[in-house]
Amino acid sequence: MSNHVTIKDAVKRYGDFTALNGVSLDINEGEFFTLLGPSGCGKTTLLRMIAGFNSIESGEFYFGDKLINNIPAHKRDIGMVFQNYAIFPHLTVKENVAYGLKARKVPKDQMDAKVKEALELVQISHLADRKPNELSGGQQQRVALARAFVIEPSVLLMDEPLSNLDAKLRVQMRSVIKKLQKRLDITTIYVTHDQEEALAISDRIAVMNEGRIMQIGTPSEIYAKPQNPFVAGFIGVSNYLDCEVKPDGKVNIKGELDLNIPLRRQYTGKAKLSARPEQLFFTATGMPGVIQFSTFLGDFVEYEVLLNDGQSLIINEYTKDHSEVYENGKNVFISFDPLRVSLYESESQEVLSL
Amino acid sequence: MKLLGKRQFRMDFWTWVKIIVILALCLFIVYPFYTILTKSVFSTKVEGITLYNFTRFFTKPYYYKSLLRSLYVCFFTVLASTAIGVPIAYLMTRYNILGKKAMHIMTILSLMSPPFIGAYSWIILLGRNGLAAKLFTMLGLTAPTIYGRGGIIFVFTLHLFPYIYLYTSGAMNSIDSSLEEAAENLGMSKLRRIWTVTLPVILPSILAGCLMVFMTCLADFGTPMLLGEGYVVLPVLVYNEYMSESATDPFMASALSVVIVICSLLVLVFQKYVIDKRNYQMSSLRPPVEVQLHGGKRLLASLPIYIVIFLASLPQIVVICQSFVERSFSGMVKGINLSNYQTILKRLFTNIKNTYVFSSVAIVFIVLVGIFVAYILVRKKGKVASLIDMLIMFPYVIPGSVLGIGLIIAFNRKPIILVGTSAIMIISYVVRKLPYTVRSGTAFLCQMDPFVEEASINLGVPPLKTFFTVTARMMLPGVMSGAVLSWITCINELSSSIMLYTGKTSTISVAIYQEVVRMSDGTAAALSTILTLTTIISLLIVFRVTKGKVKIV
Repeated sequence: MSNHVTIKDAVKRYGDFTALNGVSLDINEGEFFTLLGPSGCGKTTLLRMIAGFNSIESGEFYFGDKLINNIPAHKRDIGMVFQNYAIFPHLTVKENVAYGLKARKVPKDQMDAKVKEALELVQISHLADRKPNELSGGQQQRVALARAFVIEPSVLLMDEPLSNLDAKLRVQMRSVIKKLQKRLDITTIYVTHDQEEALAISDRIAVMNEGRIMQIGTPSEIYAKPQNPFVAGFIGVSNYLDCEVKPDGKVNIKGELDLNIPLRRQYTGKAKLSARPEQLFFTATGMPGVIQFSTFLGDFVEYEVLLNDGQSLIINEYTKDHSEVYENGKNVFISFDPLRVSLYESESQEVLSL
Repeated sequence: MKLLGKRQFRMDFWTWVKIIVILALCLFIVYPFYTILTKSVFSTKVEGITLYNFTRFFTKPYYYKSLLRSLYVCFFTVLASTAIGVPIAYLMTRYNILGKKAMHIMTILSLMSPPFIGAYSWIILLGRNGLAAKLFTMLGLTAPTIYGRGGIIFVFTLHLFPYIYLYTSGAMNSIDSSLEEAAENLGMSKLRRIWTVTLPVILPSILAGCLMVFMTCLADFGTPMLLGEGYVVLPVLVYNEYMSESATDPFMASALSVVIVICSLLVLVFQKYVIDKRNYQMSSLRPPVEVQLHGGKRLLASLPIYIVIFLASLPQIVVICQSFVERSFSGMVKGINLSNYQTILKRLFTNIKNTYVFSSVAIVFIVLVGIFVAYILVRKKGKVASLIDMLIMFPYVIPGSVLGIGLIIAFNRKPIILVGTSAIMIISYVVRKLPYTVRSGTAFLCQMDPFVEEASINLGVPPLKTFFTVTARMMLPGVMSGAVLSWITCINELSSSIMLYTGKTSTISVAIYQEVVRMSDGTAAALSTILTLTTIISLLIVFRVTKGKVKIV
């Protein structure tokens, strides 16, 4: 049975170091939920607490309505895919997949049928009698997947399962995992540090940093409306500019340009603007700058533009809109998309834009 | 938060294992050594606690000279072993030596063969009435004597240079060839490259090999006992003080034991604080390429290796040949037959049986304890694990004869009387040879993916069952290859057996020693052959099973 997962105020300490500092999550039934963040942000720590391999210092973990804090790891009924697969080297593919069913004392005929079905789902039926050392990385990955979901766990956990694969296989396995998850409808918690992977695979993402959750949202929410400069910088590329919100509500950038950015509340004072490369344009008037460097990337051109005060910005221009590539040294004027850029208070880093 | 208090302390399985292991180690290692320590500060000559034994040791030449002799022998053996082991390691790793694999196995064989058989064989060859000695006389030359310190160093070196070879070649194989290429690229000549880059990088490994040689020399009893004659080194002195029929002085023997252990400890401390700090972590992306030599050059590179390995293997060959020679009481050859074997089967069958029974029983305990201890050391790290680690490795610094004395003193009175039983022999084997198995088990476990165990638990198998069905099952090859080394050193064990044996519990190695002393070469040779062949077969099995990847050091 699939379950929703609730975590209330989870804390994990290693000596003086706080790995997890009060994390709360609500994960829906059947949801593909990703914990995303740089290494050391606490995402794997949290996952291992859910799995039962890390002790829970404080906080409450629920599967459905059941508190699981004191249930030992082997009784939690969780499927887990490990970063390096952790396939049993002394067992064949079939035996690996059957392992969890054996522990559950599933009758032989049912077990065989389930193993067969699981192997078919991940398309490795032809490898059933091989030993793990005869398999490629991608095939081992499929065994690990089959082994985890064949026990029909209430929750499926995945700890950076694609990080050991090469780039092409990673993209391929990404869609295998995503489709399988939707088909089996298992609540899945996925850990990764790769933002592109997270955006591609998840229903919702929790961006984590230094043991805290920075933002929870759908991939498009997180990309379009980062709630703080950390998320803006971690997901995609962002340009940061110091600016000031004036009493009349206009946002003045470096004394050179005024923008009408809709704010969610009244504020005057110093602020920080974050704009993605595609949220900046070359216009007839605006902030003056000089093109320093251009990189032609096929569907768009990436420009590095030097502003008068010495800061440089990254600006993308799509080739379907402009076929011309500007020369280095060309004087340009820059403008912003005021409805899409994000604005934060300088001090508290709280979001100001809508 | 209200739901979770402090983590409860539970008496789980592993806590019990730790407690039992520590108790056993305390009983059979710490307690015997403690009794030696306490005995060493008493004397029959002085009332109460006294340093009388130690003052006597450092003032009477009879005593302190034995320490100087031991250090002298150790030092020069280390020097000679390095001088032989390092060049051989270089040649073997860098050039296409003829029959390289066979040479490698032969080196390991000569290291694992019983040490005192080397001494005994060289007596057959170069001793009084020795075969080679006669040859020298016929040619009108004076044969070099095998007795005394020169002989001891010679036999030790041929037996122990493989340590240096194994450590050094291990390091040379893991050195990244781009290091030397960088030196070449920067304009260094070949010899200066070796001197300025290769040698400094592998130096810590060479020193680690030197340490092993030093410790083995310092503790070894058989070789200096057979060859020393007047040249008495410390372990022999301990034996004399404790066992000599005229004037046994267990107090003085204890004090001497303490001196040996302190020497070993000093060497270990030196290793920990000087050598370990300079160890380079190397990840060999491109291991060095073997240079392909042809014709004469290839022979020239192979020749030194063949000479050394021939000399090192000579004792085994001599012993095997000698075992088929029947001699009269006057030493005349009567014929080539199996009479020596008939004699030992009739007269020394108990010894043969004891060796195999004791070693087999010991090995069962060693494997069982080895698996548990290796698991605790790698997966249950903490203060208790460190304590166990220290205790397990303690026998490395306690020579066999010292442990033997400790066990006798500790268990010859109530509440536990073990002296004279088979149990005490087996206990001494388990305690002394356990490190081999634990070392190889931990090395194996360190490379094992810890997530495999978690995967099993995650799939619903409780931790303890996971340990037995997954972890122990996967550790078995590593533990077994260590166990065979433990087994080989058990059957060849002399230095503690000679202290602990009685008529009923005597072993092959003890019998060989006695037969050699009694000058009955034939039976000693037949017994030695049995040990040598068992050693060779056991080693070949390990090579087979581990596909030549066995780690001796």
